[in-house]
Amino acid sequence: MSYLRKILAIIGKDIVAELRTKEMFSAMFVFAVLVIVVFNFAFDLRVSGERVRQVAPGALWVAFAFSGILGLNRAFIVEKDRGCLEGLLLAPVDHTAIFFGKMASTILFMLVVEAFMLPVFTAFFGINLFDPWLLLVIVLGTVGFAGVGTLLSAMTAQTRAREVLLPILLLPVAAPVLIAAVKATAGILDGLALGEIALWLQLLLAFDIIFPAVAFMTFDYVVKE
Amino acid sequence: MKRKNDTWLMALTALSAVLVLLALYLALAGAPEANLQSETGRYAQRIIYFHIATAWVGFLAFFVTFVGGVGYLRSQKRGWDIVALSSAEIGTVFMLGVLVSGSIWAKPAWGVWWVWDERLTISLIQFLVYVGYLMLRASVDDPVRRARFAAVYGIVAFISVPINFVAIRLWRSQHPLMFGSEGGGLGPGMMFAFFFCLIAFTIWYVTLMAHRIRLERLRDDAEHLKQRIMG
Repeated sequence: MSYLRKILAIIGKDIVAELRTKEMFSAMFVFAVLVIVVFNFAFDLRVSGERVRQVAPGALWVAFAFSGILGLNRAFIVEKDRGCLEGLLLAPVDHTAIFFGKMASTILFMLVVEAFMLPVFTAFFGINLFDPWLLLVIVLGTVGFAGVGTLLSAMTAQTRAREVLLPILLLPVAAPVLIAAVKATAGILDGLALGEIALWLQLLLAFDIIFPAVAFMTFDYVVKE
Repeated sequence: MKRKNDTWLMALTALSAVLVLLALYLALAGAPEANLQSETGRYAQRIIYFHIATAWVGFLAFFVTFVGGVGYLRSQKRGWDIVALSSAEIGTVFMLGVLVSGSIWAKPAWGVWWVWDERLTISLIQFLVYVGYLMLRASVDDPVRRARFAAVYGIVAFISVPINFVAIRLWRSQHPLMFGSEGGGLGPGMMFAFFFCLIAFTIWYVTLMAHRIRLERLRDDAEHLKQRIMG
């Protein structure tokens, strides 16, 4: 079995499990909608009309990030609770294949939730979000967030504090993803030229490469007994 | 063997006490008055001697935690973990000192306690990363696993520093540099006080590290003795 096949096997396993329970998707999606609703309450009195544009990128990424944290938490806690993590680790595959499989399935779930969120967001905020460049920003931002998030989630699932700890460890480290994604989203919504947001896209791309590489080198230490 | 180390530690402690007291004198009275209009401004300016030295130690401590983490993962030796832990604890306190002293200075100088300036933001994130590191440690019972997790997080967090720096710098690029005039504004007397504080604080950091490492070693020894009596 090649390395890629092993990764695909883990993604396949996660997809089958999710299709049978649908617990991850429903929780992430409903939570993301609720974040938008909360934002509407929070800014209702001060932000209206044209100014919605100014808070929209932030609201969008807060919703994505928070629902992403829910998904990241489940990724390893589910395995841990049912004793499946040991089973996965006993499988004759390189541990990094498990990491990349888990990372890919988390990215997939986040992207599906985000795809469902876009029309909701467009309806609530009255802004058209279906722009190819914006979709690229969303993919790059999600990969960056899930890349470092998967490594940290594998750790926090094995601690006493568990899901409480993940956002505390993840958010300061993932701050560049949020900054770059919000800035790029705002730039696209404001109709800036591509040259002006290229810097942010590069930053996202750098983040997307660096942290999976770090995880590749350190994941073994996180899961081994 | 132990006794000789203790003598060294005492000497180091005395040295850093003298240096920090001298630094305090230089910062409050020794250094020449800044060329500023308001009286409050001239007093507040004296914070920078301690403020920048504290920030330097905060970031240095973070680097040492990173090195300790890499050392631990490579060798699996407890000593590296102790270095990383000690440095993170000291760094947290110093980072908090940076935030507090910076705020105290910002109020008279800028009229506000806080702005989302690049340096302030990066210091705050740095502090939060330290807090996360200590919370992670507190949440793992098995010492070997705790050391491993802490090492991995220390490495991830350290690598995020330059990326965070670039992101925050770009994010705030439309703002004028508020510290701009300062580097060139330090006269010769001020420069001396500034570097003296930097060196004094670094030695202070080394002293604190030596104490903290010794404490952790003693704790390990006590644990071993306890186990031997019980088992």
